[in-house]
Amino acid sequence: MTEAGIPDEIKALIGTTTPPMIMEVERGSIRRFADAIGDPNPLYRDVEYAKNSRYGEMICPAGFFGWPIKGGGLEQMMGMLMPAMIKAGLFRILDGAIDYEFFIPIHAGDTLTSSGKIADIREREGKSGKMLFITLEQTYLNQNGDVVAIGKSTIIAR
Amino acid sequence: MAKKQLYYEDVEVGSEVTPIAKVASTLMLVKWAGASGDFNPLHFDDNFAVTQGTGGIIVHGALKRSWLGHLMSAWIGDEGFLKKLSCQYRGMDYPRKMASMMDPAEGETWWCKGKVANKYVEDDQHIVECEIWVENGQGEKTTPGSATVILPSKKAKK
Repeated sequence: MTEAGIPDEIKALIGTTTPPMIMEVERGSIRRFADAIGDPNPLYRDVEYAKNSRYGEMICPAGFFGWPIKGGGLEQMMGMLMPAMIKAGLFRILDGAIDYEFFIPIHAGDTLTSSGKIADIREREGKSGKMLFITLEQTYLNQNGDVVAIGKSTIIAR
Repeated sequence: MAKKQLYYEDVEVGSEVTPIAKVASTLMLVKWAGASGDFNPLHFDDNFAVTQGTGGIIVHGALKRSWLGHLMSAWIGDEGFLKKLSCQYRGMDYPRKMASMMDPAEGETWWCKGKVANKYVEDDQHIVECEIWVENGQGEKTTPGSATVILPSKKAKK
């Protein structure tokens, strides 16, 4: 992969960050989420059970990140990239992959602050022509300022 | 209801992560849309999906990622910690339509599966790396990925 063929207008956006976004983690939204994915884990629905666990409160399932805890400025970053990508004929967007690293369990009642960064853009020749691999990084902090999770999304544009 | 706890000593390279069956239905996709906030009509409106070239509504990638989160959290138990979760969106999955208000029609069942790829102790943490995936009714891995977990150790407990 190379940076060589990437239009300057797109390359200039590498390193751009988004303003922080604040999200509250609510018990009800954790329960609804666990119901929707069919996960019966009492840590995601039973306050009494959770209070007696090592966590002391309901916690978030891993899938809670990305959706509904989107944040990380994903949409804003795509909004910044799209005009230049459309101009370059790269308007078909695919969600390629996602990587999460978790540091601290997220509890109901936590307030998270997230921000995003256009971390990297690479070009690759695919079967159907030029493709861009865009890495968008999202960092989440809790109310104590500790990093709770980092997400890295790979978006494919072709 | 006491849950069974998995320990570092219980697993070896090649051990199976206890599989979980999932049935994606149009009902589940609507519940997921509401719980996650992902209202892309690609996942609930067949006519729109046809215009997007998918032939019909498809299962959200992030829903399949959440299933993988369920797979891992159920396996590692309350004392385990999910450190990393990654997956790639490789293949499209089509949900079952509803046969009645509650029940999906006959059709495909998805399985979330995994196996232990590596285990080691680092900084007193008992770490297990797994290869994980969602496979469709034809046994194809539409959402391959990996997970890193920290498990309690029976030795540390004594």
